[in-house]
This record gives sequence, structure tokens and C-alpha cells, in this order.
Amino acid sequence: MTEACITIKKMTMAYGDFIIQRDLDFKINQGDIFVIMGGSGCGKSTLMMHLIGMIFPSKGNIYYGNENLWGPNASNQKLLLNKTGVLFQSGALLSSMTLGENIALPISEHTELNKKNIQEIVDYKLSLVGLAGFSDFYPSEISGGMQKRAGLARAMALDPEILFFDEPSAGLDPISSKLLDDLILSLRDNLNATIVMVTHELASIFAIGTNSVFLDPESKTMIAEGDPKKLLKTSKDERVIKFLSRSKKK
Amino acid sequence: MPKINNTAKNEIKLIIKKEFFEINFFGNWTVGSSAKGVEELLLSLADYPKIRKMTFSTKKLDDWDSFFMAQLMVIINFAKNKKITVDIKSLPKGIQGLLDLAYSVPERDGARKQKKKTSLIESIGRSLLKAKVELKNLVTFLGDLIQSSFSLIKGTGRFRFVDLMTYIQDCGPASLPIVSLISFLVGLILAFVGALQLSLFGAQMYLADLVGLGMTREMGALMVGIIMAGRTGASYAAQIGTMNVNSEIDALKTMGFNPMEFLVMPRMLALILVMPLLCLYADFMGMLGGAAVAIGLFDISSTEYWTRTELAVQFKDVLVGLFKASIFGILIAYSGCIRGMQCGRSASAVGDAATSAVVTGIIFIVISDSLITILFNQLGI
Repeated sequence: MTEACITIKKMTMAYGDFIIQRDLDFKINQGDIFVIMGGSGCGKSTLMMHLIGMIFPSKGNIYYGNENLWGPNASNQKLLLNKTGVLFQSGALLSSMTLGENIALPISEHTELNKKNIQEIVDYKLSLVGLAGFSDFYPSEISGGMQKRAGLARAMALDPEILFFDEPSAGLDPISSKLLDDLILSLRDNLNATIVMVTHELASIFAIGTNSVFLDPESKTMIAEGDPKKLLKTSKDERVIKFLSRSKKK
Repeated sequence: MPKINNTAKNEIKLIIKKEFFEINFFGNWTVGSSAKGVEELLLSLADYPKIRKMTFSTKKLDDWDSFFMAQLMVIINFAKNKKITVDIKSLPKGIQGLLDLAYSVPERDGARKQKKKTSLIESIGRSLLKAKVELKNLVTFLGDLIQSSFSLIKGTGRFRFVDLMTYIQDCGPASLPIVSLISFLVGLILAFVGALQLSLFGAQMYLADLVGLGMTREMGALMVGIIMAGRTGASYAAQIGTMNVNSEIDALKTMGFNPMEFLVMPRMLALILVMPLLCLYADFMGMLGGAAVAIGLFDISSTEYWTRTELAVQFKDVLVGLFKASIFGILIAYSGCIRGMQCGRSASAVGDAATSAVVTGIIFIVISDSLITILFNQLGI
């Protein structure tokens, strides 16, 4: 039995009166590559924003281990979230800083390292994502795929236990997207991290996903969970099969 | 672009068979042809309430494009509303395929935005409710700001020193040219308008008093405030708004930074530090403008002018101006940053944020200026 890393209990997400998803109930286990999938507009990214503590759930709870993310102790939340790293869809690098400064930012905030040591870590992280030597470039000077990889380097800056990815392969060509998948896999294996990713890229879902939740925009709730490969074989829900097989008949 | 043939003749005819309507299309149904017949045809359908089936004939149809498809859909939708069964099998394959595509995903209920007329009372009510939310946002932001200032004083607030320096460079030295120009001209105008009045009484001597006091107590700070609201307030709103569009602010939060401390504080500090200096400079430039008029047009010697200025303007008058300038600095940074943080996630939202930052900034400046002036007047300062 693997340990549950994040547990979502009876959560409802809503903007004001407008409910996006209700009755979400699932677990993300330690070491999972967990895929949040579903059609466009079903609330995948919103769910991720809830998981990383950006949006307060209108109902229900999120637990990191046994600790409630929105428990009464506010400083606790900061501690819990320090274990996470997030890669946003666009990379979300601060455009006024160089790649090196971007990656150094969380390190200098959360550790007492001196400048030289920080720069060494920055160089190491950049070389992990294949951007060695790009430390002094500004985000606007490199391509979209490179920005995404630099964003990943920043997300990994503090060796997080849980890494979140919002549409990692969106806007990447098949080869870069495959490289990113490999990178995610090796991060999981070598750093023993848990990966949570929002995606609808079927190739990635089947290549690396080990667990998943499927959100349906019409019934506004989750309609399937589990290993995506098994889901394709065993699910009886037409909507899930349609999504996973690109609507080919079973 | 297909050639638009306005002269193309087209026709639509309704043929009533025993149990169904047959709608016949003739000629060219392309963009630019007339759709008059369709409306008449739909009206005439009502004359045969017993017929519940419809088919089409396109044997005489020559050329067609989206115009034809759109009219066809109007007819089909009308028929569906009236519960008339539509048989599309007699249409050519291509048209059938396009129709299948168009009807494959049914229109979502409530997806079409309702165009509702709102009454005057309703819209007043709505804008009041909106104002309430707006006020709440302003106060919440102010609260966050005060909290961040405390953590800054305690030494736990975090931002990059180099950012502060960049912002100081940006709003200080970089805005000197426009501040010089505007305040010189304002001093000049003040002197000119004043001198014409004063010369009626032969009191041109007091020109220096007018310009000196006017610039130091009021116009210097006000002009710098308005320039900086347009220049720096808008730029703050656009910078922070774009960061919001790019999820950069979310990213900062996930890294454990408080955007209030990291983004807003250095900008506000920069303005608080720079505004009094700019104001002092503007005061000086204004007096120079006044001197230009006095010496050039009204035969007052430069020594006379400076002596009068020295006599009229006391140190406390300068301080009043500097105090106002600092307050304006806070207000400009406040309105610029809050509009940036509230910015929606689109390109047009960034533009709106910049506009609204300038408007809010100028309103704040003028209101606070009146309040301070009244207050100081009452206190006798």
C-alpha cells in the first residue's frame, strides 16, 4: 500500500455561484505520475490551482499527508506548499529577470546559501533541463519550449516532493514533448518525487501516467479514476472511452 | 475572395404536395444575392397547419455558398420550432455533410447571451452594488498594504534591492525632462495670468510672491502628481497586469513570495522617495518660468524678483508642498498597483487597468489635495 500524498475529500470548486466541479474525492499516491484529464473547459487547471493553494475550495478539504491545507494554522499552509514546485502553462518566468535570477529567486528566499553556491545550483538545474549556459538570457530572448524548460528548472529549484505541471506539452513539437515526458519520468525516478500534471495529450497520458482522474464538464464531477491504460480497457463509460481512444469504437 | 455577383438572380418556391412541403431553390444562392423570398416563404408556411413534413429540391440550384447554408439553417430551425419534420436526404451530399456538422453539437442552453433591457433603477442598483464591491477591494488592498509595510519595517518583508533601484531610476531621473517642461510652463502661465491682473493695480512687484507661493504650496506638487499618475501609475498597472496575464504572480505565490511585498512595496517606496525630490525640482523650474515672464515682459530685475521670492516663500511653504508630494506618491503607487493586481487575464484588460490606474490616481490626488489644503488652512499652516 503506497502512502497517500494528497487526499481530496468531497471538494466542490466554484466561482461565486457558478459550480465548476463538485464531489471530487480522490487520492494522489507517493510516486504517482498523476494525470488530471478531461475535455476543454472542465476545470482541470482550476483543480490544479486548488491543489497548490491558490484558490480556496468552496466545499470540502485538501490534505497533504494528514495535514489540512486550509486548516486553521495559516503558517502551516506555507510549510506544506514549500514542498511543491509548479510549472505553469506558459512557464511564467518573471520577464524582468534573467533565467539565472528566476531560478535563484526561490533558492535565496528559502535557504541561507551564499551567492556563489546559489549560482552553482542554478547552473546545475539549468543543465538538468538542457539549458546549460543560458543563465544570463532573459525569457523574451529564448523560444517557448526553452521558456517551459527553464520554468521547470525553477519549479525544481528547491527539490520539491511534489511537482505540478499545467499542460507541459502544450505548444511543443512531438520531439520536445517526448523529451519533456522522459525528463518527467527520470525526475520521478531519481528524485523520488510525485508528479501531478494537467494534460489532454493522449501520447503523454499513456506513456507516463500511472494514475488519473477524469473530469466531465457536463455532469460537473469526476467520472473515472485510476491508471489511464487500465481505464481504456476496463472503463464502461462511453465519455471516458471516447476521450482516451479519440472516439474510436472499443 | 470569391467574386461577389450582385446581379445573380435567385428564387425560392414553395410547392405544396399532399402531405409535405417541397422547397425549391432556383439560381445562384451566393453572398450578395437576396434573401427576401425566404421570409415570405416562412410566413406562408403558417397557412397550412396540417402539413408536418418538409423536403427540399435543389435541382435548379446553380451556385451556392455560406449564404445558402445560412438561409437553409434559418428554414430548418424555423421548421423545428414549429414541430415540422425536416427531411434533408434530397439535398446534395456536400450540403448534407455541412448540415450534419453544424447540428452535431446542439446549442448549449443559456450559451447565447441574452440581450436584456435594464431599467434605469436596475442599472443604478447594479452600479451601486458594483461600487460596494469596488470599495471593499480598495479597503482590502489597503489592509494588505499596511500589513506588508509592517513586515517591511520589521525587516521580514522581501523584495530585491535592485528592483527598488530600477524603479527609482525609472520614476526619478527618467521623468525629469517632462517635469521640467511642464513645471516651467506652468510657472510661466501663472506669472502671465497673475501679472495682467496685478498690473491693473500697479502691483507687478508681487508677481514673485504669486508664483513662488503658488508653485511651492500647490502647483509644484499637483503637477508632478498628475504627470507621475499618467507616466508611472499607468506603467505600474500595465507591468503588474501583464505579470498577472502571464501567471507570473501565481508563480511568485507558489514560490512563497507575497506579491504585495515583492511587487508593490518597492514601487511604492520608489515613489515615496522620489516624489518630494521631483516636487522640489518642479518648484524651482516653476519659479524660473515666472522669472522669465517677470524679467522679460514686466521690467522687473532679476535681483528684485529673487529678493521678493525669498521674502514671500517661507521654508514651511516648501515643506507643505513636499508633504503633499509624498502623499500623492503613495496614492499613485496605490492606484497603479491595485489596478494591476485586479487586472483580468487578457490583453484588453491590461489596457483597461492602465487607463483605470490613471483615472483613479488623478481622482485620488485631486481629492486628497483639496482635503489637505482645507486642513492646513484650518490649522493655519
